[in-house]
Amino acid sequence: MTSPLQQKLKITGPVVITANRLSDGAVVYLDANKAWVTRLDDAVVARSAEDAAALLKIANADDISAVGPYVAPVTEAGGVFVPGNLREKIRTSGPTFELPASPER
Amino acid sequence: MYIYDEVDKTLLAERLADFKDQVARRLSGELTEEEFKPLRLMNGVYLQLHAYMLRIAIPYGSLSSNQMRTLARIARAYDRDYGHFTTRQNIQFNWIKLEDLPEVMAELARAGMHGIQTSGNCIRNVTTDQWAGVAPDEIEDPRIFAEILRQYSTMHPEFSFLPRKFKIALTAAPHDRAAIRVHDIGLRIHRNGAGETGFEVVVGGGLGRTPFIGKTIKPFLPKRDLLSYIEAILRVYNQHGRRDNIYKARIKILVHELGAEKFAAEVEQEWLKIRDGVLALDREFIDDIASRFRYPEYESLENGVRLGNPDFERWFRNSTAIHKKPGYQIVTISLKPAGAPPGDATSYQMDVIADLADRYSFGEIRVGHEQNLVLPHVAQRDLPALWRELAAAGLATPNVGLVSDIIACPGLDYCSLANARSIPVAQELTRRFHNLDSAHAIGRLHVNISGCINACGHHHVGHIGVLGVEKNGSEFYQITLGGRADEHAELGTLIGPAVPYEQVADVIEDIVQAYVELRERPDELFIDTVKRIGVEPFKERVYAAH
Amino acid sequence: MPLIKNGRVAEDAFTVADDDTVIADGDSIIVPATRLLADAQDLLRRSGPTGVIWPNNCDVAELEPFLKDLALVALVFPNFRDGRAYSQARLLRERYGYRGEIRATGQVLRDQFLFMLRAGFDAFAVTKRGDADAFAKTLQRYSAFYQPAADRPSVKRGRFRAGEGQLVVKTTV
Repeated sequence: MTSPLQQKLKITGPVVITANRLSDGAVVYLDANKAWVTRLDDAVVARSAEDAAALLKIANADDISAVGPYVAPVTEAGGVFVPGNLREKIRTSGPTFELPASPER
Repeated sequence: MYIYDEVDKTLLAERLADFKDQVARRLSGELTEEEFKPLRLMNGVYLQLHAYMLRIAIPYGSLSSNQMRTLARIARAYDRDYGHFTTRQNIQFNWIKLEDLPEVMAELARAGMHGIQTSGNCIRNVTTDQWAGVAPDEIEDPRIFAEILRQYSTMHPEFSFLPRKFKIALTAAPHDRAAIRVHDIGLRIHRNGAGETGFEVVVGGGLGRTPFIGKTIKPFLPKRDLLSYIEAILRVYNQHGRRDNIYKARIKILVHELGAEKFAAEVEQEWLKIRDGVLALDREFIDDIASRFRYPEYESLENGVRLGNPDFERWFRNSTAIHKKPGYQIVTISLKPAGAPPGDATSYQMDVIADLADRYSFGEIRVGHEQNLVLPHVAQRDLPALWRELAAAGLATPNVGLVSDIIACPGLDYCSLANARSIPVAQELTRRFHNLDSAHAIGRLHVNISGCINACGHHHVGHIGVLGVEKNGSEFYQITLGGRADEHAELGTLIGPAVPYEQVADVIEDIVQAYVELRERPDELFIDTVKRIGVEPFKERVYAAH
Repeated sequence: MPLIKNGRVAEDAFTVADDDTVIADGDSIIVPATRLLADAQDLLRRSGPTGVIWPNNCDVAELEPFLKDLALVALVFPNFRDGRAYSQARLLRERYGYRGEIRATGQVLRDQFLFMLRAGFDAFAVTKRGDADAFAKTLQRYSAFYQPAADRPSVKRGRFRAGEGQLVVKTTV
């Protein structure tokens, strides 16, 4: 199997690079300064496969802040970028139901 | 409950220190993710969509009240106040931080708990019947051998880097409540013609992308030979299991590709060279392990339960079962209330259950693979009081084994492997079928939901199986009928094209409705109706309507 | 790549020869399996010690005729997650009674040292220098074990110290 780093990347719209933060597993995005941020609003958006591949390479080189980076679709809505599929929506907003909770003390 | 001795405690403490060091070396960058991942997996640490998930082993499903309280504390201090009980008798916490793990593991270790080998390409939690030790139909307590296998398989130097994960299950009753025939190795304790007890050894069962029912390769294995025979199986698998393709790496593929007979012959050839070696289990060794199991000091009681309250009676008939000791009852605690994620318990509920276990069940709790809990030793006279307290904490929904007692994996809401959500599907189904009278009238019906082909919801062996797939970026679900996981294990049959998320609950209702109309008698079980008439009538009903 | 032998970093007494290397009588060499199988007689009657690199997908039973004359068997971890060599090492020690050096090669990392030692390895071509330096410390990690293996073949479970590279080698059970 070709390594994801060598696979020819194909994108059908704008994308971001996302991963999980090493220390706590939180969802993070790569920003324009090659730093990992928690808000999708602050992520750098790539619009071509070449740009996405270049960003992914940067992300993969950093093994210590974030783990398992990949290319995730975003959708442009009213000038803002929102998650581009259900999986990414769940990653930003959490499970799609109310979490179990103990009664108020 | 098994009580740890010095060897057990020492290994746990040493493992804790080892993992603490590995986490530190990962956080400092000394270990890359590639080097660290198998190590963290072998301590039960997954990375999910939003956070790390910690899977804590509950060996063969046995838990003490003290351990349950520890889980409650961890849920509160390090997670989001709840945990999820799994189809392999473990518990999962979904919001753990890597940097908190050393403290979490230390707290677990103080209660004799850990995440050792709950993931990774090694031997996983050895599971068994949640009624072990108390079921009237069992030959003997399978947990003794589950513990022997747990120890043998823990940090085994030869078998810690297998081609893929390895799951072993045991049963000691003619009715298989442990799904042994869909495990990599299934062991059935039974008596041979001469009245001796030993193991039927079943190999190569499994679900997932290529499901198989296991094949019996040894109809009767004396107890003495258990570990040497398992070692022979593992050695053949370690050396010959495929390592080129993770989807073809389980032992079921090897058994299938070689054929059961040839596989059995390879095992036999290896086994004959080691059967009389040090792995031979003598009586002394077995008795030593057995001696550390504590059993309740039962009172001599008469059978007799005062029924009167119709709600209590309904719960009693649904959620309790006959115990091997007169005057006692096995109580199942449903973790499937209407509208809730199946198998979850809040820290509050965990504390309640721990307390009830202390007062009514000799401090012992069990976890079942259907994601419910069990209080295994309740005196019948205590049932009304117990019921009231369970009900007050939302733990007495009398739907055990019914259509709303759904088994579901975490699915796309949590899991990075998933294609579709499973929990909201389960929630909607429990709402549709929340009426207890009609659920009771429908009868025993197992619905299993998996969010992807990895089948952690065991959909292949559900009476109704639901498999989430992705089609054009949307969630669709394939429906299978007629699966079962017991001693008549069978894989379900697909009824037709996948249906969209919005229609799943309607489709299940149609299937149930069809069954109610087509069954021969009210007490013909769903699974038997499917066997009798096949899936066509259900297929017609579903696809005509949609 | 640092070599651990007898529990500490050591000079490698052997060189690896390929199929064409000219081998002198006194040379300490390790040959590929193909060469051993083709030239066993000539290689093994030399005065210098011979070792072999045995692939992890080959049956060690094929090596049996040569074991009494082989000084070293190098087993391979193509990546550290491929655990076939653990079985091979145990069979060499416990079934065939091999007492020569069993060397771990390939991706050999610190967190597998103890498994390797228990499986019968007594030499390690360690991938990372830092790991080699930590070898002795790593062995102190665990004193409790739940199964017999090459290092303690007669003990089913118990507390004992894994030796610093010195194996208690027993002949076939």
